[in-house]
Amino acid sequence: MSDEQVKPAKKPKTPRQKMPEQNAIERAHNFYEVALGYENDLALLEASRCLQCKKPSCIKGCPVEVDIPDFVQLVKKGDYIGAAWKIKEKNSLPRIAGRVCPQESQCESKCVVGAKGKNEPCAIGRLERFVADYAAINDDGKRPALAKPTGLKVGVVGSGPAGLTLAGALVKKGVAVTVFEALHELGGVLVYGIPEFRLPKAIVRSEVDELRNMGVEFKTNWVVGRIETVDDMLEKRKFDGVFIGSGAGAPLFLKIPGENLNGVYSANEFLTRANLMKAYKFPESDTPVAKGRRVVVFGGGNVAMDSARTALRLGAEVVTIVYRRTMEELPARSEEVHHAIEEGVKFMLLHAPTEIVGNDSGWAVGLNLQKMQLGEPDASGRRRPVVIPGETSTIECDTIIVAIGNGANPLVPTSTKNLETNKWGNIVADLETGRTSRDRIWAGGDIVTGAATVILAMGAGRKAALSMLDTFGVS
Amino acid sequence: MFEILEKERLGPGVNRAVISAPEIASAHRPGQFIILRTHSEGERIPLTVADKDVEKGTITLVWQEVGSTTYYMSTMCVGEKFQDICGPLGKPTHLEKFGTVVGIGGGIGVAPLYPITKGMHDTGNHVISIVGARTKGLLIMTEDIGKVSDELIISTDDGSFGVHGFVTQVLQGLIDKGTKIDLVVAIGPVPMMKAVVGVSRKANLPTVVSLNPIMVDGTGMCGACRVEVAGKTMFGCVDGPEFDGLQVDFDLLMKRLAMYKGPELIALNNFRETPRGCQCTFPGGS
Repeated sequence: MSDEQVKPAKKPKTPRQKMPEQNAIERAHNFYEVALGYENDLALLEASRCLQCKKPSCIKGCPVEVDIPDFVQLVKKGDYIGAAWKIKEKNSLPRIAGRVCPQESQCESKCVVGAKGKNEPCAIGRLERFVADYAAINDDGKRPALAKPTGLKVGVVGSGPAGLTLAGALVKKGVAVTVFEALHELGGVLVYGIPEFRLPKAIVRSEVDELRNMGVEFKTNWVVGRIETVDDMLEKRKFDGVFIGSGAGAPLFLKIPGENLNGVYSANEFLTRANLMKAYKFPESDTPVAKGRRVVVFGGGNVAMDSARTALRLGAEVVTIVYRRTMEELPARSEEVHHAIEEGVKFMLLHAPTEIVGNDSGWAVGLNLQKMQLGEPDASGRRRPVVIPGETSTIECDTIIVAIGNGANPLVPTSTKNLETNKWGNIVADLETGRTSRDRIWAGGDIVTGAATVILAMGAGRKAALSMLDTFGVS
Repeated sequence: MFEILEKERLGPGVNRAVISAPEIASAHRPGQFIILRTHSEGERIPLTVADKDVEKGTITLVWQEVGSTTYYMSTMCVGEKFQDICGPLGKPTHLEKFGTVVGIGGGIGVAPLYPITKGMHDTGNHVISIVGARTKGLLIMTEDIGKVSDELIISTDDGSFGVHGFVTQVLQGLIDKGTKIDLVVAIGPVPMMKAVVGVSRKANLPTVVSLNPIMVDGTGMCGACRVEVAGKTMFGCVDGPEFDGLQVDFDLLMKRLAMYKGPELIALNNFRETPRGCQCTFPGGS
């Protein structure tokens, strides 16, 4: 081969920058955050990969329509705080979204850089996290001016991602907002469900404090539907509108024998004890949780991964995820599955639990399983797991976490007069506006859609806020 | 908010406090409970409201010292505040004119029985209250219950006061006498409620019990409080706390209540070493 034939070397493309993270062996035994975030140089390098498309498709992939190219452009200029504020125009909770959004199936899936599959898309989520953290840590105290008070007031049921997003969007426009939360801490699933190692509580607290500084009022220990109904909020408290974002808080069980044995938890309970109640610090904190030796988790979603990884950190010897389909069908984010495998979580695929075996004192000691195979695709398009007759097995375990999803908590829907619900008990609401069957009542997030993601709940909160402003005639 | 306004010791290990909680007081109905935390590292525990005063904006709690939280509560003084009180929670008691209602309270169970008795009495029922304890010193709120009952029968296991025997024997006595009973409401330790149901089942008496499973959130979100009623899994916090006693699986409830025996002991021993714990008198010496 002669020298002449060699084409002039193209400038090498900058690859997608990895985010530093705690090493798997170490982090499997602590509750510190797994992903450590970009430093300035990595952020600049990653931002340089953005093509600044004239017609950006990434924005279309974002449920809250963050102006992605604009904020990335500010990163390129080194104006990190400006970039954070650019995001906050659309999303009041960027530190949270930057951590828990499934960007790979949203904005990043639409990124032109990654479109042809030759290169990986621009790491929009990592940049969001970087600038939001940077702005919080290097807070210059400057805030954009809020609109003049409109005299309108809105009540929000639940301080989860939908309610917080809505509160942020409304308060900026001069609407007084009071958020009512049943638990003693604010954040809903962000504090009871998502583990510390994925989303530190301090981050949630800082985002909530930011909203409080903007004038949002919060009331904890307040169970709407018990202490006061939504109708009371409208009639007695004279709210101009109420947003219901109470979440999908009613854990489902498999209804197999033995599910009420000691050592069997819903993922909600297990995670609430470990996260919100800080059971990992027991006995410094008063709430205990079974520190299983052999833990089994039912389910294949993000909550199953969170439960398995939490169990590992609490000191379990073996943690096994039992799932009735294969790795391909796992609904969890690939990043979470990848992290779980790295940390040592085992997967028992194509198996369905049939019975939990207990001892005389009422504790779970084992699990009977049925082997499955994949059959024809079902309505969801996924291949349906079918029983292989006669192929059963038994495994030993002492803790079982049921992470198969949540139904609608009936407390708020049933205590609100004439509020339409569907056959699963979810509130019927327009997905574009959040409007319900009742005037002045909006709803969004998991109580409408059933268990989904944090960012979809944020999107619902934002849409409902826009609909409220439109209804109130506030521009 | 949640400041202790009054506090007294009712008997060995049993305490009563009046707490400022105006919003809870006005929303509360008989049979409902609250969940509290004493301090920022504290656990969430459910307690049934023993009384309330809507005008003064107060609720009354009665508790027995069992674990670290209840001992901690006993060290709290007038003027101190609870970190959190969330309520009212659970379904209220179904109050209507049944006819003759027999209310049975064992030990600390008399406290949650009081507002129900009052409610039943106010609804026009003929209320017969049976209040029992192991021994005279452990009897609580007999005077309060007496004021809202048409008849009051007190029993002690050791015979130190009132009828010598168990509350179940008193109930059996009423049945044997031919007293027409339309409803039995029993609240107390699980073995007591199970025994009451044993008696009322034979006499075919509808019996309501109030259950106290372990809870975390108290709003139906976690399922820690699973109980089996008529073979179906129910959540104590939102489907209860009151259930058809004849259908409750009490053995399962007892096993589930023992789930954290080990950690509870660790937490209690840990608490004993703290400045607050040093103030407590523990059975068998402090």
